Parts: sequence; C-alpha cells; structure tokens
Amino acid sequence: MREAIRDAMAEEMRRDESVFLMGEEVAEYEGAYKVSQGLLQEFGPERVVDTPITEAGFAGVGVGAAMMGLRPIVEFMTWNFAMQAIDQIVNSAAKTRYMSGGRLGLPVVFRGPNGAASQVAAQHSQDYGAWYAHVPGLKVVAPFDAADAKGLLTAAIRDPDPVVFLEHELLYGDTGQVPDGEHVAELGRARVVRPGRDVTLVSWSRGVSAVLAAAETLAGQDIEAEVIDLRTLRPLDRATVLGSVQRTHRIVCVEEGWPSCGIGAEVIATVSAEAFDALDAPPRRVSGAEVPMPYAAHLEALALPDVETVVRVAREVCYVDV
Amino acid sequence: MAASKRVEEGARELSPLASLAARSAASYEPMPNGHEQVDLGLPPGELLDIHRRMLLLRRLEERIGQLYAMGEIGGFCHLYIGQEAVAVGMERATRSDDPVITAYRCHAHMVVRGVAPELVIGELLGKAEGVSGGKGGSMHMFDPARNFYGGHGIVGAQVPLGTGIAFALKYRKTDRVCVTYFGDGAISQGQVAEAFNMAALWKLPIVYVVENNQYGMGTAVDRASAVSALHKRGESFGIPGQEVDGMDPVAVERAGLTALKHARSGRGPVLLEMKTYRYRGHSMSDPALYRTREEVQKVRDERDPISRVAELLVSAGVVDADQLKAVDREIRATVMEAVAAAQAMPDADPAELMTDIYSGGS
Repeated sequence: MREAIRDAMAEEMRRDESVFLMGEEVAEYEGAYKVSQGLLQEFGPERVVDTPITEAGFAGVGVGAAMMGLRPIVEFMTWNFAMQAIDQIVNSAAKTRYMSGGRLGLPVVFRGPNGAASQVAAQHSQDYGAWYAHVPGLKVVAPFDAADAKGLLTAAIRDPDPVVFLEHELLYGDTGQVPDGEHVAELGRARVVRPGRDVTLVSWSRGVSAVLAAAETLAGQDIEAEVIDLRTLRPLDRATVLGSVQRTHRIVCVEEGWPSCGIGAEVIATVSAEAFDALDAPPRRVSGAEVPMPYAAHLEALALPDVETVVRVAREVCYVDV
Repeated sequence: MAASKRVEEGARELSPLASLAARSAASYEPMPNGHEQVDLGLPPGELLDIHRRMLLLRRLEERIGQLYAMGEIGGFCHLYIGQEAVAVGMERATRSDDPVITAYRCHAHMVVRGVAPELVIGELLGKAEGVSGGKGGSMHMFDPARNFYGGHGIVGAQVPLGTGIAFALKYRKTDRVCVTYFGDGAISQGQVAEAFNMAALWKLPIVYVVENNQYGMGTAVDRASAVSALHKRGESFGIPGQEVDGMDPVAVERAGLTALKHARSGRGPVLLEMKTYRYRGHSMSDPALYRTREEVQKVRDERDPISRVAELLVSAGVVDADQLKAVDREIRATVMEAVAAAQAMPDADPAELMTDIYSGGS
C-alpha cells in the first residue's frame, strides 16, 4: 500500500512539474511511515520539502502555493496533527473557490494516515472522515486497497479542487495488485467489492476488511452480503448505495469513527429518505465506541468495530435469529 | 548613510517632497546587514498621483460607510479610512505582477491594484457582477488576474497563504515578490510566527507589511503585544524589520522599494511595520469607546496622509486649493458613478447559490 501511494506521487511528479510534496519528515527521513521513499533522491529538495513542525503554517503555505497554480501534496504525519491546520483546510482551501465567485481554485491534496492506529491512544487515534466530509468544497477520499490508493491518489493530484486523502496506518503494510502503468480511478464512485442479495454492508478504508470477513462468515450461514466500499466520502456515491438497497432491502454501515453525525448517519439518512419503501428492516450502524480511544489493547479492541459485531448486526437485520 | 544622504539631496531638489522626505529620512533606519536602500527619485508631479489615489480610496470608503448606514450593505464591513498612505505607497513600490494578499480590510487594496470600484461596491451590494458574484462580500474578494489573492476573513490566516504564494514564486524561479499585509492584532497569531520561520528558512521572496493601526479591534497594541515595536517580531527568525511612518506615502513607498529589492534579490523576507491609524471603528458596528475622540481628531489634524500631501502640493505651488477641490469633485463624481453602476447591476442569481463550490460549475 505505501508503495502504491509513493508510486502515485512519483508518477505525477514526473508528469507534472507543478506537483510537489511537503510535510514533516517527507524528504530526508523518507516519511515518518516510509511512504515517500526515494522521492528526495529522484526529485530533489525543491520538490520534496521537509517542513518544520508547523502544521497550520505549512498547510497554509500549501494552499497559498495552490493559489498560484502549483499542485501541492501536503502530508500530515497523521491526520491527528492536522487539527492544528483545520482552519486552513476548511476556511481557506475549501471555501476560496466559492468566496471568489469561481475566480480562484485550489488544486491541493492533503494526505496522511487517519483512523485508529495501534495502542497510540486518544490523541493519535481518531477517524476524521466525518469531519472533512461535512465540508462543501472539499473532496474526501479513503481507500481500502493498494490499487485504489494509487488510482484515487493520482486522481486527487490531478483534481482541480482540494482533496482530503485519508490513508490508514494499519493498511500501509497490506499488499495487493496494482494495475501496470498509469492508473487513475474516478473520485466520487463507490465500488461493489462483493455482490450479494440479502443485506448491504457499507464501509470504507480499513472497515472494508472487517466487512469482507463478516461477509465470508455470513456466506457460511446462507446470508449473501453485498459489500460496498465507498472509497470517496465526499461526494458520496449515494446512487450505488441506494441501488444496492433496492436489491437487498437491508443495510448495515460500518465505520471506525464515532457514530454521532458520522458517515454512517449520512448513509442511513439517505437510505431512509430515498429508499424507505425498499427497506425490510431498520438500517443499522456498527461504529467505534463514543469514547476517546483507550490505550490498553483489550480496551482499544472493545472501542473498535469487529467482525463478530458486524455478523451479529447483519443477522439481526435479516431477522434470522428471531 | 550615503543612500539616505542621496535621498535628502533629492528632496531638496524636489521641493514638494522636502518636508515629507526629510522627515522620513530622519526617522529612517537602514536595514541591518548593509542591505541597499533605494533612492526614490520622485518628480513633483508624482505627488499628485499619490494624492489622487489616496483621495479615491478615502471617498470610496466614505461612500461605502454611508451605504452601510443606509442598510444597503450587510454583514461585517471594515473601512480603510486613515490608512490610505500604506496601500498607495506600497502599490507604487510594487510591480503589477507582484502578488498581493491581505485580510478583511481589503476594499482599498483591491482598488489600488486596479480593480474597478464598481466591482467592489457591486460585491458589497450582493450583485451578480460584484467581484465575487455576491458570494464573498466585504471580506472575501479576489482578482488573480490583477495578482490580488484576497480578501481573507480569518485573522492571520492570510500570512501562511502569502508565504505559500512566495513559495510558488520561488519554485517557479520568477523574480516576483509577494506582499502580504496583516494587522497589529494578527501578528500575535501563532501561524504568523510559523510563516515567518518558513519564509526565513527558505529565503522566500516576500515582504510582510504589518499595518499597525494601533488597535486590534478594541485592544491597543501595548495591551496585546509584549513588544510593541512590531517590526522586531521577525528578529528571532533573522527577518530584517523596519518601522515606517505609515501616514507618509513617500516614506511607505521608499521603504517598500527597499524591502522589495531585498526580497527580489533572493535574500529572503522583510517585515515592514507601518505606523498608521484608522479613523473609523474596527468594523461598522464598533463605536470605538476604547479611545477618545480627541485622540482621533489629533491624528486627523496632524498626520492625515491626504492633508499632508495636499498641503505640500499647495505650498510648493504645484496646484492651488481650487484645483485640489476640483480633483476632489471629480473623484466624488467617479465614486458616485461607480455606486450608480453597481446599484444598476442585477442581483446575484439564486441559480448561482450552488455553483462555484467545485470546479466544473457545481
């Protein structure tokens, strides 16, 4: 996965001189999570720029550079640290096109690892998908596999609008096939990862892994789950979700983040409003617990959605245990 | 200093400039490390240009204030009245291809860049042909074609943005310089210090201009900043700073030229502190109870940039009082025409509500 992200950046930097990477430890250290390996060597310090520890500052520098037509890739060591910079992402990057009546667009990508890591506790372990997906003017992407990571990041870099690209630290080591050569995926399109007729399971990023495992278990219990990877959280591909629910009549949305005002809430509100008559059961969510992330491994596990819970809730909406 | 001596000699030759230039030279501190100063060889007629430009900003903002009072302009509205010497002096020092960015007190900075006043007024009136199509309002106006990058409503946020513009100028290997304005209130934002650090670290082509109008909203500088000499705020980053009489357009222009030359030559950022004053409240809703009427009147009487230049022009015999009145009438008429043109613009179309959020129209 980390190589797929690196390759997307490297290929776009070869293709377009206006693309550059900036952030903490991206150059000489080759990325805190080793995502930018080899980039400094190939592109030099003018295009692979180590910044001081100064998130608000360098996020603003990235947005300003985009005002001049450069295509910055701004790496946050993790999205947790981007809280320092959220004003520049929301107030400057997301709103400037609108505030300028369309005169000034901002082709900037903010990227880095998001979501739960491993026992790093509350301040380093949080899912920001819903935070940024709330904001008109941003596009928000959260890939699950290596091919999508490359294809969607390539699309994000070429996109004329600001893109929040949420990687997952616990997926960086995953391996997967990536198409040879140029690979550009379309932003705003969900993907049916596994077709099924009995219940729709929706997730994204690392949540897809739990949902695929749950679908496998459910298949052994004669429940065919359709798995949808949203891939892009804004704009949300409502049509793919609604189309699936029209076939399965049931939906469970699985997210790592907190449920209140979350992505699952948005998905279920959409389904309730636009596919109410198709539903044979109340739409359900499986989410992270509404607590700051605990440190202890067993507590952390309790705070995150797991395969067993997804299986249980999917069986509940199918009324198989009644 | 040889350079400032040249300026004084120049000032003696050009009698209309004598008073201003001599006063500027006396208070002028050369930048440390032997950076070159620029000799401002202003022909007398240039003062007329300065006067005219400042007066346009004054009359425009006065009229905007009236429109606000009449309820034709909504929201927040921050007027530039009193600070005209800064925008005009710096614009004269700046190349037209040098990008400029500022905060929300932005009408004057736009117009001095060459944006038509009716486009600014149209924006304030929420018109379709306003410079942001009625979507930005007083605080959010942009004209990249004239190298004006806003118009930003969050105090201090434009400083990293300007620094990013300068990053792009260097990345592209241009010889352009970004001029980034902010107020005495903004200088205490953490991201301003963050931007200073990066600009100095990477020797970016940027001139930071703090318009010290003495009050961050209602808080006097010495109640907000541990060091009230704001031009020293860049010292720990090695950024040369200079205090400038921001009520003297000639001093502003000269300091701007020197700073721009420094930044353009690849030697990194400069911080100019313009000591200026706003006559009106922070915004239209501010009764300004934190200062006395006498304080405001004293500045108006003794330091008003437009009056100072007008007096020089008259005393030097360049123009007489009647000619200045005629200029004023002409500018007032220009402003009234701009208001009328803006009022005649169609309102922003409701169909435009959901456009310009993303590229491609939607």
